[in-house]
Amino acid sequence: MGELRPPQSEGDTLPTMDADGELLRRLRAGDEGAFVDLVERHNGAMLRLALSFVSSRAVAEEVVQDTWLAALRGLAAFEGRSSLKTWLFTILVNRARTTGVRESRSVPIADAGPVVDASRFGSDGAWATPPEHWIEEAEDRIDAVKLSDLLRVVLDTLPTRQREVVLLRDVEELTSADVCEVLAISEANQRVLLHRGRARLRQALESELGGAPR
Amino acid sequence: MRIRFPRLRARSRRPELVCQQVVELVTDYLEDALSAEDRRRFERHLAGCPHCTEYLAQMRETIRLAGRVAPEDLTPVMRADLTDLYRRWRAEG
Repeated sequence: MGELRPPQSEGDTLPTMDADGELLRRLRAGDEGAFVDLVERHNGAMLRLALSFVSSRAVAEEVVQDTWLAALRGLAAFEGRSSLKTWLFTILVNRARTTGVRESRSVPIADAGPVVDASRFGSDGAWATPPEHWIEEAEDRIDAVKLSDLLRVVLDTLPTRQREVVLLRDVEELTSADVCEVLAISEANQRVLLHRGRARLRQALESELGGAPR
Repeated sequence: MRIRFPRLRARSRRPELVCQQVVELVTDYLEDALSAEDRRRFERHLAGCPHCTEYLAQMRETIRLAGRVAPEDLTPVMRADLTDLYRRWRAEG
């Protein structure tokens, strides 16, 4: 999966922990350039994650800045038991949640029921309207940017908790253990949210790229 | 020619999964969270169902595409703000 996003810098081609170790050493030595490298590497993802918790961009940017400051202050105590990225995300989520409450963002609506519309199955539970083919379409697609834009829009429409999990797990590619740690949720809960979120993304891709009318 | 009697040959008494159940188990399957028996039932269904096989492949493709959604680039303003923040923190002592 690593080859999908072009590496931003030399450091990204190193295994995360090694790259982290080197960055940490430089950070602790007071190297401003190391901080800028860390910002280059993670700020975009942090901002995206913050935007998932708070409704305004200005507030999200503030949450990200607060996170950076908290990280700098906590640097000496960081033990490296998780990756720097997971550590930063954990700080951010804690801050964003407090801020999010302050902003009184609407309570997520309960989302239950099947992830694939029941009308697509017959009474025997077999597909009546099977999945439309679209994988080749997605792979042949020259305007991959458009596909990313579509996924961004769909991610934005996911219920908050689903979005958080899909963002961390599938977009940021954290392990499930790290996702659970960052969001302070159980493995089972994470799987349910991931299941629902992924199903919506798949449906959006099918609607966009699938051949036959639904 | 081999004649199959799925119901007679099934090792467990639990009924075979239907498509509508399979799609609800896809994430547990991908996350390796199914019991050994449920995993076998899931895979047994896939072996005979091109639609669910397609659904699973699409879910893997969805995950792959999600991993390509890049975050926005750092703007010069944000970089300047954060460099400033770093210097203030250094000045804190």
